[in-house]
Amino acid sequence: MNDRKGIILTGTVIGILAASLVKFGNPLNMGICVACFIRDIAGAIGLHRAGVVQYIRPEILGFILGSFIIASLTGEFRSNGGSSPIIRFVLGMFVMIGALVFLGCPLRMVLRLAGGDLNAMVGILGFIAGILIGTQFIKKGFTLGRSYIQNPVNGYILPAIALILLVFLVTKPGFIFFSEKGPGAAHAPIIVSLAAGLLVGILAQRSRICMAGGIRDLYLIKDPHLVLGFVSIFIFALLFNFIFGYFNPGFENQPIAHNDGLWNFLGMLLVGFGSVLLGGCPLRQTILAGEGNTDSAITFLGMLVGAGIAHNFSLAASPKGVPLNGKIAVIAGIVVIALIGLLNTYCSLKANRRGEVSHGA
Amino acid sequence: MEHKTVDARGRSCPEPVVLTKQALDKLTEGRITVLVDAEVAKENVSRYARNLGFSVEIKDRGASEYEILITKE
Repeated sequence: MNDRKGIILTGTVIGILAASLVKFGNPLNMGICVACFIRDIAGAIGLHRAGVVQYIRPEILGFILGSFIIASLTGEFRSNGGSSPIIRFVLGMFVMIGALVFLGCPLRMVLRLAGGDLNAMVGILGFIAGILIGTQFIKKGFTLGRSYIQNPVNGYILPAIALILLVFLVTKPGFIFFSEKGPGAAHAPIIVSLAAGLLVGILAQRSRICMAGGIRDLYLIKDPHLVLGFVSIFIFALLFNFIFGYFNPGFENQPIAHNDGLWNFLGMLLVGFGSVLLGGCPLRQTILAGEGNTDSAITFLGMLVGAGIAHNFSLAASPKGVPLNGKIAVIAGIVVIALIGLLNTYCSLKANRRGEVSHGA
Repeated sequence: MEHKTVDARGRSCPEPVVLTKQALDKLTEGRITVLVDAEVAKENVSRYARNLGFSVEIKDRGASEYEILITKE
């Protein structure tokens, strides 16, 4: 299923499920959002205390477990890692901060547009800009170095954490926080969310769908393969938003969004830039983590910690706008990622000239 | 005939394709071999080369390692 049909089917299913999950109770234009949902999980386990965004989102657990199950069945599950884990952690953190200033991961960006939120168009322009910048580094020789095969136990850790979180979600122990109001309290029934997450996890693992990869490949190697997934999500989410009556075009008063164009642009620029250097968007990182890629598991943990920081340090935006701290963090993130990119590319080229193999030094 | 080997094992997206592209850009005739160790890299590199009109032959080396032979005709 690695052909064109697979990627279009995956995009179609994600688009339809995303609109339907809103019908079942998820927040508007947020049927699925990898960044927002990881942020809710960070809140549920007390990494931040923003009371309105705390819930163990079964969709995320489904992505990890669906990918784990299908990769195990097809023999593709393989524990590997060691490709600059600490850099990936930091990139994951900043990708999350950028997403929480825009208020959505690249997937929710497309869903927001499909719901008529025109601020998402500004986000898409920023996302494309970030991808184009990141791609220049790749062209010049940026690499996080190669990964190596690891003992399989490494690859089981994140799926095991997902299972434990699922148990906490069902048993609701006292130390887990659940929002009583706000977006965190808006959710579909557990079984519906989990089933949707598992299905998306399976399809995304098979089709390799990636929001950042779509635009990157279109530019870098003129290959529209992955971007077809991006387009299918948009078309089908749009269609089902029309059917359910969720389509509401405009810039003002959009659900869980602000209309500060500059920071919508720069927030998503940070997400695109970081995602390209990581080799994939937050959804893709989550799927890779499920199939045994421990570098992506570290990236996932970086995103989780980034979400905690974003709320504890008042970086995250809200419908009221972007706090000053958030603006500073986005600029700092762009500078830090550019520095990582420059230094890494320089060191890799130097190692190549000496005839050494660079391992992401 | 030239025959260069590109070792893209363990590299994350899109590096296997970028390394292949760079090797193919320098190639005037002959062929290159790309070593990969992931299904997704195998798919991406072979799709890239086929889209450019090269002939592609894949050898399974076991333990999910593949040799992709790309020939410029």
